Amino acid sequence: MAKRIDVSGLTAYYGSHKAIEDISMTVEPRSVTAFIGPSGCGKSTFLRTLNRMHEVTPGGRVEGKVLLDDEDLYGAGIDPVSVRREVGMVFQRPNPFPTMSIFDNVAAGLRLNGNYRKAELNDIVEKSLRGANLWNEVKDRLNKPGSGLSGGQQQRLCIARAIAVEPKVLLMDEPCSALDPISTLAIEDLIGELKERFTIVIVTHNMQQAARVSDRTAFFNLAGVGQPGKLIEIDETERIFSNPSVQATEDYISGRFG
Amino acid sequence: MSTAAVAHKRPSTLRGARLPSWSPWAIAAGSIAAAIGIGAAAGLHSRVQWGVIAAILFVLATYGIAARVEGRRQAKDRVATSLVWVAFLLAVVPLVSLIWVTVQRGVKVLDVYFLTHSMGVVADSQPGGGIYHAILGSLEQVGLATLIGAPIGVLTAIYLVEYGRGRLAKAVTFFVDVMTGIPSIVAGLFILSLMLMLDMQPFGFAGSLALAILMMPVVVRSTEEMLKLVPNELREASLALGVPKWRTILKVVLPTSIGGITTGIMLAIARIAGETAPVLLLVFGNQFINANPFEGAQASLPLYIYQQYSNSAGANAAYDRAWAASLTLIAFVMILNLVARGIARWKAPR
Repeated sequence: MAKRIDVSGLTAYYGSHKAIEDISMTVEPRSVTAFIGPSGCGKSTFLRTLNRMHEVTPGGRVEGKVLLDDEDLYGAGIDPVSVRREVGMVFQRPNPFPTMSIFDNVAAGLRLNGNYRKAELNDIVEKSLRGANLWNEVKDRLNKPGSGLSGGQQQRLCIARAIAVEPKVLLMDEPCSALDPISTLAIEDLIGELKERFTIVIVTHNMQQAARVSDRTAFFNLAGVGQPGKLIEIDETERIFSNPSVQATEDYISGRFG
Repeated sequence: MSTAAVAHKRPSTLRGARLPSWSPWAIAAGSIAAAIGIGAAAGLHSRVQWGVIAAILFVLATYGIAARVEGRRQAKDRVATSLVWVAFLLAVVPLVSLIWVTVQRGVKVLDVYFLTHSMGVVADSQPGGGIYHAILGSLEQVGLATLIGAPIGVLTAIYLVEYGRGRLAKAVTFFVDVMTGIPSIVAGLFILSLMLMLDMQPFGFAGSLALAILMMPVVVRSTEEMLKLVPNELREASLALGVPKWRTILKVVLPTSIGGITTGIMLAIARIAGETAPVLLLVFGNQFINANPFEGAQASLPLYIYQQYSNSAGANAAYDRAWAASLTLIAFVMILNLVARGIARWKAPR
């Protein structure tokens, strides 16, 4: 059920500003790919082009191709809504729906899309919460509001919400940057489990995290302020962290950047 | 404690001299007493003049005393505090006195008979009669106006916040701003000109149309602000689940802001419930009960108040009825506000 992503010649704009330029890469199914790089280098923008969330921003547009198992996400007649059902997303800050209970939050994707059977719903919610390692903590208070959970629990709730709709790919935009080390560990363990079922792409500022969770790592950089971000290299995580082929990558990883 | 210990104790740099906590009250009492003395000595009879003198004395005395004891910064702080209090009192005094006078004069004839009978068999100068026809007219006109104005207003706000880009949105915003400033009599004249073109007699629904025009911009503005308060992350979270935009708005954005939107609509209703001018032009007023807003002149509460006062020919009975009707109108608006607050609290995201 996990799918491969093939990006070729992708350039994204905010209005007239070119945010990322000419990015090509392959993301393998059932693996974790980490994006690292300095702030403003376009990691998040690139991530958002992978499920057509980039164009939600006013002025956002994209050139190039993103193939999801041989189907171009930016091809003619592709419905961005269907794309987002296949490619789920977890955001930097936990954002459970404040008006909904824990149960409703997890069920939100199915309910709002309207394609579910009532009898299945309980099972799907339990399965998703178990999948997000949250079931044991919330099983007694499924009807309580989701915003009452701790930050780390909220983020796992958001992951449960994302996997409840059974996407093929899961994009994570710095999912741990607002969390403490223990919650971060919980999410990292979870990522390790989730990659059995999904293709995972994660943006992170934490290089140890990239080294811990990812199979492949991509390094992004930009030539200067106002310049578009570019993909410098993508390789096996071990190679990137031990013997990268580009000097800039080594400088960034070893902290000798700039 | 020995004298040596006192000598060795250094003065605290963090703790300055403070006026005792009762000092504002003492200064206030002193200023009032002084103001009464000055007023009596200068032969001023107006209580307002005494009050102004007392307020000025209070601010000056506060500054002087605090500056001497506590220092200039604390003195300025106290002056600012007392100015805020004075402003608060200036705002509250007329409000409380308005409600007080209305209640005092309104309760005289306000009873079940008054609420359930019309003016059909009573001359304006006679006692008796009631406001049933006016309540009925007000409820129907305001209700119909809300049915027209609120959905259009909310949908316009949704367009402006969620979809509107470019020149159309700018134009809509501009016209909403212009509409906010339309005097109510002009909205009435607009509908009246249509009625004259179509050769129609006054009827309740015409008033509703004018009230809807007045209500719409208020609803648009308040709903817009509420929708803007919904964090963008929630919209993105929903979109990223593969939910279409219209469903996201319907199921995530609106439920999150429904409390504020309801409050805005209720306040807009409260505003149009007291409009007299367009109702005077379009609904005309009626002594009898007319439950059909689509045919024939109707009464309405603000119009009833105006007509009782102007047609009373000095009869106390008519004045009493006008006050009682005012009290009913205020109570209606207040109940609406309370309901709005209740809904806002009940629906607030937890």
